[in-house]
Amino acid sequence: MRLAATARAGWRPVAVVVALLGAWELYVDLGGASTLILPAPRTVAQSLYDDRSLLWSNFLVTAQEVVLGILVAAAAAVALACAMHFFAVVRQSLYPLLIASQTLPIPMLAPVLVLWLGFGILPKLVVIAVVSFFSIVVTTLAGFASVDPDLLKLMRTFDAPRRRVFWSIELPTALPGVFTGAKITVIVAVIGAVFAEQAGANSGLGFLFSESIAQLQTARAYATVVLLSAFAILLFAALTAAERLATPWAHQPKETGS
Amino acid sequence: MAIEARPSQSGELHEPDAGDLAIRVECVSRTFRQRRGDIPALAEVSLSAAPGEIVAVVGPSGCGKTTLLELICGLQRPDSGRVRSAPAALMPQRDLLLPWASALDNAALALRARGVARDRAREQARPWLQRFGLAAFERARPAELSGGMRQRISFLRSLLAGKPVLALDEPFASLDAITRAEMQGWLARVLDAEPRTVVLVTHDVEEAVLLADRVVVLTARPGRVAAELPVAASRPRRRSEPEIVALRERVLETLGAA
Repeated sequence: MRLAATARAGWRPVAVVVALLGAWELYVDLGGASTLILPAPRTVAQSLYDDRSLLWSNFLVTAQEVVLGILVAAAAAVALACAMHFFAVVRQSLYPLLIASQTLPIPMLAPVLVLWLGFGILPKLVVIAVVSFFSIVVTTLAGFASVDPDLLKLMRTFDAPRRRVFWSIELPTALPGVFTGAKITVIVAVIGAVFAEQAGANSGLGFLFSESIAQLQTARAYATVVLLSAFAILLFAALTAAERLATPWAHQPKETGS
Repeated sequence: MAIEARPSQSGELHEPDAGDLAIRVECVSRTFRQRRGDIPALAEVSLSAAPGEIVAVVGPSGCGKTTLLELICGLQRPDSGRVRSAPAALMPQRDLLLPWASALDNAALALRARGVARDRAREQARPWLQRFGLAAFERARPAELSGGMRQRISFLRSLLAGKPVLALDEPFASLDAITRAEMQGWLARVLDAEPRTVVLVTHDVEEAVLLADRVVVLTARPGRVAAELPVAASRPRRRSEPEIVALRERVLETLGAA
């Protein structure tokens, strides 16, 4: 039922996209801009097809970076959120620094890291992890904080040790928060990967984009943008699906009255 | 199917030795200090319960009923006076079932809390679900259960904590009138088969008179004991019995005067 409703409402944004593409195509076809500077959507589609093996091999590189980066970030973020939840001193010491880490200008951080860590996947993972880390920590901590205090009282009358309260109550309560953070992170992680690749790489869609621009292969550059964008959407959808599988209770319709 | 009683680990908050009584609350006062001024919850309340006795506490909203239960469960300390009680398990007003866990795992939570392994805890809880008429729902999540079923599981969860005292906080307040009447009869039968010392906090006078051996009437904020009325009627009791009706009227009168 929800799917049908989504499908019914879904044609509207599709219609907007089609209209915009049509206007763009018309603009270029009528000579509004040189096709070298602004390729028409038709040319971009052509490039997506003609350069498919080149795009695909570079896509795999970037996709691997992003997925690994998010996994690393999520694991580290959940571990840190747990430490912050258990020990006030850790929270007080690190929370301000965590916020400060978000002020790091990623486009500048990336080349410095490449200089230090080389042209391999490592600096990419670090950049992606740095940009993704924060939101997952915050949403996981919020998940811990959302535990019902009455439930904690109940567990106290059951003589439950701290460890048991964590595994039985707090961790499952925080789990939807981990997914929320990961979903927020997907978009910035892809951007982080592009910056890291442009700072120094010999493969990946970010690298291919820079190279295509330099060679005036504008249509191919646009094709990489389309692919990156589609990848982020796909990743978001995959995480949403995983979230529904892993935490089905968090998506039930709220009870009315009680 | 008796559950062995286990000494409380939170004993420092309340003194477990209540002499030959299960609960002895002596001249207890409790005030909550807030920025806008003090809110007195209980004033010089004394109350006791013999082992196996069911004591109902009725009173208007905000008369400190929940505070009284938390004192008995050792979740709060009195400002003055003394609380001595055998180890007590709480049954909270809202069922607070874990939405991700099955009915069986929810019922077994108190067993898990005291370190029983998952499989053994399930094994121990399963016959109880059967006894409570919930065997067919053992795998169901709380969202799939009716309000009455959820309260039964919540009660079972507290019962399986194996404490000699049960502190019931308006256990059926959230149910519709028909289900509530059913559940009251059900609880009377269960306590008949599994005697426990029970403190039943309720604002339902009929419920108090139907279930309790003794009814304690509290005044509005701060709660003071206005009257203590023994219920001598034999069990099982019916709402329509003249003795029950007369007593209900007396409690209501006392509440009106209080």
